[in-house]
Amino acid sequence: MNIETLGIWLGAFFTLCIFSFLYKDNPFYKLAEHVFVGISAGYGVALEFQNVFLPNLWNPLTKEGKLIMLVPLVLGVLLFTRFVSRISWLSRWSIGLLIGIYSGIAIIGFGSGDLVAQIHGNLLPLWGGNDLLTLFNNWILTVGLITCLIYFFFSKEHKGSFGILARVGIYFLMLSFGASFGYTVMSRMSLLIGRFYFLYGDWLGILPQ
Amino acid sequence: MKRLLETINSLDRRYIFLFIGLAVSLPLFFPIGIKFTVTHPVQGFYDTIEKVPNDSKILMSCDYDPGSAPELYPMTISALEQMFKKDLKVIITCLWPAGPPLVEKALAHVAAQYNKQPGIDYVNLGFKEGREVVMVSMGASIPNTFPTDYHGKPVSRIPIMQGITNFKDVAMIVNISAGYPGTKEWVQQVQSRYQIDLVTGCTAVSAPEFYPYYQTGQLKGLLGGMKGAAEYEKLVGIKGLGTRGMDAQSISHLTVFLFILIGNLAYFALRFVKGKASR
Repeated sequence: MNIETLGIWLGAFFTLCIFSFLYKDNPFYKLAEHVFVGISAGYGVALEFQNVFLPNLWNPLTKEGKLIMLVPLVLGVLLFTRFVSRISWLSRWSIGLLIGIYSGIAIIGFGSGDLVAQIHGNLLPLWGGNDLLTLFNNWILTVGLITCLIYFFFSKEHKGSFGILARVGIYFLMLSFGASFGYTVMSRMSLLIGRFYFLYGDWLGILPQ
Repeated sequence: MKRLLETINSLDRRYIFLFIGLAVSLPLFFPIGIKFTVTHPVQGFYDTIEKVPNDSKILMSCDYDPGSAPELYPMTISALEQMFKKDLKVIITCLWPAGPPLVEKALAHVAAQYNKQPGIDYVNLGFKEGREVVMVSMGASIPNTFPTDYHGKPVSRIPIMQGITNFKDVAMIVNISAGYPGTKEWVQQVQSRYQIDLVTGCTAVSAPEFYPYYQTGQLKGLLGGMKGAAEYEKLVGIKGLGTRGMDAQSISHLTVFLFILIGNLAYFALRFVKGKASR
């Protein structure tokens, strides 16, 4: 048995172990679950060590003599002070730096990529110029946008005409939730199809070509 | 009647699993060949790549792992087929740790068919930790962000990487995304800053989140889940896992729909019967 065949058999065994949960919880499912968690954690640690720690920090510091790398080294070590309650506050410096960098990047990205672009994209012509279907779509989008925003406006009680518009907003939201649920079902079915393809094709070899 | 309704209402969920299993399995053995049409976002994905001049360099970021491979691996294969057919040079990066081996598998499958050479026609730069920071860093320098390829070869010695500094040196970006980091971050951090053409293939569960980007033109094309993969395969002219899975997909959806319908009808009918009996 070569290594590839062994891999397929192991994959099939663990797939069936996971599927067995559909009947009820059992030791085979637990085994597969624990093996998965263990391997994922081990793979993650090894990968981070080889892919991040060695090339980005250790090698530049020790082989190329870049002393500036002592700064990230110290910041990295400070993160581990969380395990010692007496000095755990030192880890806040590293965490603060991480949060600051990621927040800065995210805010700029959100501002230019989402906020401005999406507001601009929703300023659509509602009459003239376009074909009827495009105009119809523009109206749906605009009405949906305004009524959904009204629904999330809580400073005024949802009564009277304001309440009716908020109600319309709820229907638009329900439609979007329905579409999201449909896509979620499609996604999960695709994963199931992928697994069945593996079991019937790669493992058992009984699928028609 | 009441007993039947009560049975349906308290049906053991394992029967539903069994029916779903059959609904997915049977079409795999007995294909029906349900017809489907190509939608605008998928056509946009295909056309954007087609418009790129031959011999151009394209950046492809494969941000997924085996957990979403059934949806995204067929897209990777089809995209590589289309790009290699057009003699485009492909630079591949990964922001998900388990992505590079899948890319290697896809390249081994497609590159050999088109007689493409590693390092000359394509390169797998592997995984880099850092999420959005990696994207921002690539905007300054791709070779500094990925100093070696997946096999450890310095990019300075890789022919396809000659003349590549940052995003302005690639014709467009193809993103295959399973979540974070992925399409949203490519739009926010790269497309909006550098105004570069971006197309994406994503899991169905995340597709609704990205349609607004397609509507605003931030994404030039969008493949949503296995359905998107199947439509794209139709355009590229191959019959891959996406196309072969469409029958199973359709029948299983029909089964879910029937269960929802029967469950709701039984629920309301039982409420009606009980109400009538109590009056």
